[in-house]
Amino acid sequence: MHDSGDIKIPIGPQHPALKEPESFLVTLHGEKITAFNVKIGYNHRGIEKACEERTYIQDVYLVERVCGICSHSHSTCFVQAVEEIAGIELPARAKYIRTIIAELERIHSHLLWLGVAGHEVGFDTLLMYAWRDREVVMDILALLTGNRVNYGINTIGGVRRDIKTENIQEVLKGMDILEERTKYYIGVAQGESTLIKRLSGVGKLSYEDAVRLGAVGPTARASGIERDVRHDDPYAAYSEVTFKVITDKHCDVYGRTVVRLKELLECYSIIRQLLKKLPEGPVTIKAPRKIPQGEAVSRYEAPRGEDLHYVRSNGTEKPDRVKIRPPTLANIQAVSHMLQDSYLADLPIVIAAIDPCFSCTDRMVALKSQHSRKKDVVLWEKLRLDGIAWHRKQGSDFSALNKKLAKNLER
Amino acid sequence: MTQEEKIKQELSENFPFLKDAIIIKRERRIFLDVAIEQCSEVFDYLVKNMQFNKLSAITGLDEGDSLAVIYHLSRDGATLFNLRTRLSRDNPSINSVTPYFSSADIYERELMDLLGIKVIGLPEGHRYPLADDWPKDDFPLRKDWKSKENTPGHKGLASTRSAQEGQNA
Repeated sequence: MHDSGDIKIPIGPQHPALKEPESFLVTLHGEKITAFNVKIGYNHRGIEKACEERTYIQDVYLVERVCGICSHSHSTCFVQAVEEIAGIELPARAKYIRTIIAELERIHSHLLWLGVAGHEVGFDTLLMYAWRDREVVMDILALLTGNRVNYGINTIGGVRRDIKTENIQEVLKGMDILEERTKYYIGVAQGESTLIKRLSGVGKLSYEDAVRLGAVGPTARASGIERDVRHDDPYAAYSEVTFKVITDKHCDVYGRTVVRLKELLECYSIIRQLLKKLPEGPVTIKAPRKIPQGEAVSRYEAPRGEDLHYVRSNGTEKPDRVKIRPPTLANIQAVSHMLQDSYLADLPIVIAAIDPCFSCTDRMVALKSQHSRKKDVVLWEKLRLDGIAWHRKQGSDFSALNKKLAKNLER
Repeated sequence: MTQEEKIKQELSENFPFLKDAIIIKRERRIFLDVAIEQCSEVFDYLVKNMQFNKLSAITGLDEGDSLAVIYHLSRDGATLFNLRTRLSRDNPSINSVTPYFSSADIYERELMDLLGIKVIGLPEGHRYPLADDWPKDDFPLRKDWKSKENTPGHKGLASTRSAQEGQNA
């Protein structure tokens, strides 16, 4: 190994710099990356299998928890497939509300990404700004759905909460604030030379490679591919609004930043259009508990790219198969390609630039268990006690210290 | 003639035996069931001659009597072609499509890990998505799968831990 001058560095699965468990083996020649090996699967939770053992309604909530950020993406994608099989035509108002939440989610996701990207290149002011502004959209989501994440708005046959007329004004006000802020960020991206220099030419992915590797979402669009499920395969209310599919020719991390920022402006415009012509009427229609035999493939443009769900039903109240292909899984090959011959110092931002979500990617194996037939739910308290017991066995016993601390506090 | 009908026509002209098998489910959704012997040939034609240049996903299914694989191919980002083939349960094996789409790698590893389908021609690599200590012949997405003695976590979290500690000692 040392003869050739190559050094192999394992990063992960547990590493202070990683936000989720994943494992990379980086081969370096000097500072250049000559090989990049990804191992994922550490977040595999058995969700696809678990879906088969639950009813459709329970699955809506389970699927929503595939990801903590694009939760609405997964639940919408899933219910769309189920509704298609059951032949349910949604009320117009429900379609609009789904689309509004979808765009609010995209705003939250893109602003979150902007902050993370800023942080990864050492521009922490951008992180602080972007995440402060993200609170505006989080508050709107909480106002409309009652939750900041995992909105719980979808159900088979519609949505569970209506948008109150008095709240529309709040949403529009939020859009005005965010639009102004986004324009400021676009100004920063176009004028701040340190940012431009840091991001340009990093993580190159040419148009041809993006096509060949099947990249999706902003990653693909920043390489000039005009591909957006909202436009190509319209669902919910997207056929009733006008918006541009943002593409860019930079083919690098800078391009990915520009695409996401400009997409934010489109989000505000879509939400305004939808709120303006929000149709009156019911928000849900009754759906059968048992879904007739059939199959459907549903697609959805999640903030990170195309999300695909395949659902197969067998006439009972539980699905026969649920397959989830989240966007990160489609982009992972592209990352390995981007990192080839790039510098080690660029690794964090190149990985961050696809906005990876390994929690989405490793969906699936619930363990049935303990001798009883009860489902294996390990409570937080038990997990904590297990952890303490394990560490104690390893020789780290803090109980005496804890007692001392408690005593001091009493005084 | 719609886009979907054109695809159906072109494909059935080249593969007359598929004429009745191609089903247009709705706008932008085409389904086709094809025998395993003809699968590679049809797949090749779709990719090389009909511009289906994106593999959106591969789904593996347990249909009871047989296992099935669905290739979700898309074109211009819009039309989704779902090509399904069925495999025998006893010795399920299929050719890898990584020569066409290198992104198929991870989807095919899922087929191997979760359903026990052999993928011929898939390059060496890490298993995905199951853990390294998951038994090699235990395929959780099969309908008859049951957690066994050697399944990690079979008796719950604590027992897995004590077993690991036993090994380390």
